[in-house]
Amino acid sequence: MVNGKNLKYSEKPIRVLIAKPGIDGHDRGVYVLARAFRDAGMEVIYPGLLPTPESIVDAAIDEDVDVIALSLLNGAHMAVFTKVMKTLNKKKVKDIAVVGGGIIPDEDKPKLEKIGVTGNYGPGTPLSVIIEHVKMRAFAVRNEKWGRKKRAT
Amino acid sequence: MKDHSFWRKKIEALSSRIAKNNPTYNKWEREVLQSWLKSRDKKPGYAHKLTYSAEDVPAGQDNMPGVYPFTRGIYPDMYNGKIWSMRMFSGFGTPEDTNERLKYLLKQGETGLSIAFDEPTLYGINCDDARAEGEIGRCGVNVTTLKDMEVIFKDIPLEKVSTSMTINAPAIILFAMFVSVAQKRGVPLAMLSGTLQADMLKEYIAQKEWVYPPEAHLRLMRDMMVFSTKKMPKWNHVSVSGYHIREAGATAVQELAFTLADGFYYIDMGIKAGLDVDEFAPRISFFFDSSINMFEEIAKFRAARRIWARVLKDKYGAKDPRSLKLRFHTQTSGYTLSWQQPLNNIVRTSLEALSAVLGGTQSLHTNSYDEALALPTEAAAKVALRTQQIIAEETGVVDVVDPLGGSYYIENLTQRMELEAYRYFDKIDSMGGILEAIKNGYPQKEIAKSSYERQTRLESLEDVMVGVNKYKDDEEKPINILRIDRKPEMIQRKRLTSIKRARDEKKIVACLKKLRAAMASDDTNTVPYVIAAVKAYATLGEIMDVGREVYGEWKEPKIL
Repeated sequence: MVNGKNLKYSEKPIRVLIAKPGIDGHDRGVYVLARAFRDAGMEVIYPGLLPTPESIVDAAIDEDVDVIALSLLNGAHMAVFTKVMKTLNKKKVKDIAVVGGGIIPDEDKPKLEKIGVTGNYGPGTPLSVIIEHVKMRAFAVRNEKWGRKKRAT
Repeated sequence: MKDHSFWRKKIEALSSRIAKNNPTYNKWEREVLQSWLKSRDKKPGYAHKLTYSAEDVPAGQDNMPGVYPFTRGIYPDMYNGKIWSMRMFSGFGTPEDTNERLKYLLKQGETGLSIAFDEPTLYGINCDDARAEGEIGRCGVNVTTLKDMEVIFKDIPLEKVSTSMTINAPAIILFAMFVSVAQKRGVPLAMLSGTLQADMLKEYIAQKEWVYPPEAHLRLMRDMMVFSTKKMPKWNHVSVSGYHIREAGATAVQELAFTLADGFYYIDMGIKAGLDVDEFAPRISFFFDSSINMFEEIAKFRAARRIWARVLKDKYGAKDPRSLKLRFHTQTSGYTLSWQQPLNNIVRTSLEALSAVLGGTQSLHTNSYDEALALPTEAAAKVALRTQQIIAEETGVVDVVDPLGGSYYIENLTQRMELEAYRYFDKIDSMGGILEAIKNGYPQKEIAKSSYERQTRLESLEDVMVGVNKYKDDEEKPINILRIDRKPEMIQRKRLTSIKRARDEKKIVACLKKLRAAMASDDTNTVPYVIAAVKAYATLGEIMDVGREVYGEWKEPKIL
C-alpha cells in the first residue's frame, strides 16, 4: 500500500471492494456508496458488472482489501451471497470482512449474518450508518490480523 | 444528429423568447412580498422564484391540442376519445404463474399487457446455467425457449390485446418467439399490436443489461426495425426509454435530453438502413418516468412532445403527422417509493400517476405499494390498477384536454426544459454524438453525479422522504410480500431438459449455423433466421451465444 507505509494499522485507509455479484445491472447504489466511502477517506475498488464469486474473491485478495461490500437488488442474495462466502472459505480467507445491502427482506437478515454477511441495509439507510458499519468490520478484521501477527513474532 | 448549427439556432431562438426579466414580478417582489416579509420579521427573500405571471410565458406559440407541435397533446380529444392503456408491468416465477397473473389483471379491467422478464432472460442466459442459480423467476418471468412464451400467452388473444415486452439485449429472440407464437396460432403478423422495448442505448447509459458491444446490439435493433416496418404496421419496434435513465439517478432534464438524443440516433439509424423517415418514425414510441415533483414532470412530458415534433420536422423533414407525434408510456417512479411505511407509497403513486395523466400519457403503469420490497402481491397490484381507474373514472381530470395549458408556471417550465434539452443535444454532438458520448461514459457520469447529489440532499434533509428521513416510525409492522422460492427454477430446468430431449438436434445445428452467417454479414436481416431457430426450439442462451462468438462481449467504460 503506497500511502500507508508509515502509518499504524488503524490509520491506514480502509480498502473496500464493492461488488454486484449475480446477474444484476442496477448500479445506482454502488456508485453512491463508492463516492460516499471515498469521501469518508476509504479506498474503493469497483470491478464492474457481472463478476463471478471467484473473480470477486480473487480481486479482493489481489487488492488486499479489508471489506467486500456486496450489493444485490434482484432478490437472489441468499443464493449469490452464499456462493461468495463459500468461495472465501474455500480459499481460507479469514481477514476480509463481508457486508451486504440491497433489497433484503428482514427475515433473510439473520440467515445472512449466520454465514458472515453483516449489515444487509436496505433503501433509505443513511450513508453514515453504512460507513460506520464498514469501519467497524474493517477494524475488527485488522485487530484480529494484527493480533495474530503480534502473537507470531 | 451531428449538427451544431441546428441546435445552436434552436438555443438562440428559445433563449431570446424566454424573458429574463419580468417587470411585474420585480415590482411585486419589491412592493408586496418584501414588505410582507418585513412585517413578519422574516428574511427579505427566497432562493427560488415564488410565482409566475404572463410575462414569463413566451408569446403566441402553442395553439391547441392535436395540432403541431403537439405540446398540448397528440389528439384533439385526448382521453375523451380513449382513456390511456392501463398496462401493468407483470411477470414472475414460471410462465404458468405469469399467465395466471396476466389473466387476472385482464379480468380486473386492465387494457394492455406488459411482460417483465427475470434477470437471466434479460441477459440471455438459460435457466440451467450456473450463473442463473437462485435468480430464476425473481424479477420477472423466466423464458428459455419458445415453449415458455407459448405458456405465457395461453388463452390470451394476441390479435385483440396489445402486448409490451420489456426486453433489450436479447430482444430479437423474444420478438422472434412472440412472432412464432402468433404464427403457430394462425394470427397474421399485421394484426399484432404492441411494443418491444429494444432500446439498447439506454442500456449502456443506465440499465446496464447489455451483452455485446453497442454496434452489434444496434445492428440487431435495425434488423427488427426494418422487419416490423415492412410486416407489422401496428407494432412499435422500439420504446425509447427514459425510465431507466431517471431511476438510475438522472434529473428530469437529463432524462428528457438523453432519451430524446437516443431517439434521434434511432431516426438516423433507420434512415441509414434505407427507410424513409415517415415509414418508421410513426412506430417509435417512448417510455418516461413520472416522479414525485408534479409540475416538473408535467412540463417534461409537454416539452418532450414539442421537441420531438420540432426536430422531426425541421431536422429530418418528416411530413406524416404520425411521425411528429410523440406517443409515450409512463411508469410511476420506483425510486421514490419507500421500504419504510409502505402504505404511503399508494399516495406517492397516485400523485405520480396524476402527473402522467395531466402530461398526456398514452399508457400507464402504476407501481404497487410493496414494490420497494419485492414484486407485487396480487392484492397490491390490484390497488395500483384501481388507482388508475379512480383517476380515469372518478376525478374528472380526463374531461378537459391539457388542463394546465396556459398556466404561467407550466408554460415557462416547459420552455425552460426544452431549452436545457437543446443545450444537452449540442453538448452531446460536440462529443461526436450519443454513441461516442456513451462510450466515453458521459451520460453515465452525469447520472451518477445527480444521483449522489440527491442522496446528499436526503442525508441533509434538504429533500424529504416521509417515513424515511422524517416522520419515522420505529414500531412498524411488516407487511405481507410476495416470496418467490426455488420451485420455478426446478420447473424451468425440468422443462428445458425435456425440450432438449424432444427436439431435432441436427436442425438446431443447421439453424444456428445459418444465423451465424447472417449475423456476420451486415447486409442480411437476421430476424427470419432467429425465428427459424426459436421455432426449432433453440434456447435463448444458444442463440445469444452465436452473437457472442460473432461480436464478442462488452466491457463498460470506468466512470469512477
